[in-house]
Amino acid sequence: MSLLEITALCADIAGGTRLLHDVSLSVDVGEVRGLVGESGAGKSMIGKAVLGILPRSVAISGGTIRLDGQDLCTLPPAARRRLIGQCTALIPQDPLTALNPSRRVGRQITDRLTDRLGWTRRAAETRARDLLAEVRLPDPERVLRSYPHELSGGMRQRALIAAAFAAEPKLIIADEPTTALDVTVQREILRLIGAMQRRHGTALLFVTHDLGVVSKICQTLSVLYAGHVVEDTDIGSFFRAPAHPYSAALLAATPQYTDPEASLTPVPDAVIRDVEAELQGRRAGQ
Amino acid sequence: MTQPTGPLDKSPPSGPIFSIRGLRVSLPDMARKPLLGPAPRNRILKGLSFDLSRGETLGIVGGSGSGKSTLGRAMLRLVEASGGQVIFEGRDITHLPETALRAERRRMQMIFQDPMSSLNPRRTVAAIIAAPLRLHRLDDPADRVRQALDQVGLPAAFARRYPHELSGGQRQRVGIARAIALEPDFILADEIVSGLDVSSQAKILNLLETLVARLNLTLAFISHDLSVIRRLCTRTLVIDAGAIVEDAPTARLFETPQAPYTRDLLAAIPLPDPDQPGWAL
Repeated sequence: MSLLEITALCADIAGGTRLLHDVSLSVDVGEVRGLVGESGAGKSMIGKAVLGILPRSVAISGGTIRLDGQDLCTLPPAARRRLIGQCTALIPQDPLTALNPSRRVGRQITDRLTDRLGWTRRAAETRARDLLAEVRLPDPERVLRSYPHELSGGMRQRALIAAAFAAEPKLIIADEPTTALDVTVQREILRLIGAMQRRHGTALLFVTHDLGVVSKICQTLSVLYAGHVVEDTDIGSFFRAPAHPYSAALLAATPQYTDPEASLTPVPDAVIRDVEAELQGRRAGQ
Repeated sequence: MTQPTGPLDKSPPSGPIFSIRGLRVSLPDMARKPLLGPAPRNRILKGLSFDLSRGETLGIVGGSGSGKSTLGRAMLRLVEASGGQVIFEGRDITHLPETALRAERRRMQMIFQDPMSSLNPRRTVAAIIAAPLRLHRLDDPADRVRQALDQVGLPAAFARRYPHELSGGQRQRVGIARAIALEPDFILADEIVSGLDVSSQAKILNLLETLVARLNLTLAFISHDLSVIRRLCTRTLVIDAGAIVEDAPTARLFETPQAPYTRDLLAAIPLPDPDQPGWAL
């Protein structure tokens, strides 16, 4: 059985607009799955549904999310929060807004260990220091005592990666963790996430719009279009030949400096029309 | 590989639109300011020189903190140079007083990175595009707004919308419309696609390419993403730590990058290819 098993998940905005249509995907123990799509395709929404942090205006209206064998949608709220807290963590997109500017970085890493998991402050601090060293931040002692504004963007993202791994979660949701970084820092952060993921055997759900990034870090991939999964495949076959025309168009839109002619082509309107028709058929067929 | 053809080939020969001579920018570093006395200065740009010809599309690349945005802003006098010269169309504007500068400002416009913070959330799209037109006392702002919206491919009905009602790509189109409505000669685009998903990026780049050719614009395009530069720019400056490390025609820069920093930037771009060399995580 998979660590995370999402089956036929539907989510609606209060008032009726459907955001997620029968989304199914699974993440095995230690697997890295990419979740790709354009803005508004619902990729972050899936991550939020798993973490139980959907906006108030969005409600799950069908389907199941099984995390570590238990259905999140039917668990009582307290038990659900406990399960999510024990099993998952988030690496957010913007390391600056994710950190509280008025609290020291160390406390923001240890909070969860002391407040939720009952660690002593001393044990939690030792753990935080070890993790900051593991994410290769120079002078972990100083970083622990720093405020977020004293660190660079790359350092903040490293600190948040340390925080995500602190409680040894089984699953980490990484929501565009490198989009705000420049390419050289992005490469370092991807290498770091990859190394940490392998060392700790953590599964990752990696949300991004960049297929270049996906090709580096993911093993499997779900392509989303307007709240539907249009392709679910492994990385090797996807980059050899994407099965769905929409995936192929998305790949052709990806910047590729080695072949400028074959890149940065917007998804053609004809492809959009076809995929819309196909999805309408899919919805009508239920 | 063919040489990229662009507006460069069509424009009549004339003097450079911008001449940058030994441009230096330094800012006081308040974090290290002693209790008494002046703060030590952080040198952001360390004496840059280059010419920008009319009709050229110049890419400016570098990592975060390299000074690429500061360079762009210093060209438009949005930050003051602490040394060197900025010459716009033969006129030294480095220390031109603001009143004299205003006439020049109309001819140099900027498109900003984050449309959410550069578009006033409480004004309609029409009011946003018309604001600089009114400032420069141009005739028929309403007509020009309509025309600008049309040029960036937004329906006329969008004039009545507010920024929050638009998608990221549409907001960036409004930013472009505001810049071109003044019919400038030069546009500075600072990381204007980095917040967008790949398909919207491609659309905005196509639009910019068309506008540059049709309106005979000179463009400086700041980005940390070399793939985007390759697509759009005829020539590229690579900036590292406040200095130009490479200045070459774009095609040559990609085929035979000279500076180690350029090679490093290129290697750091993740291509959509699981077997890209040097990328084993």
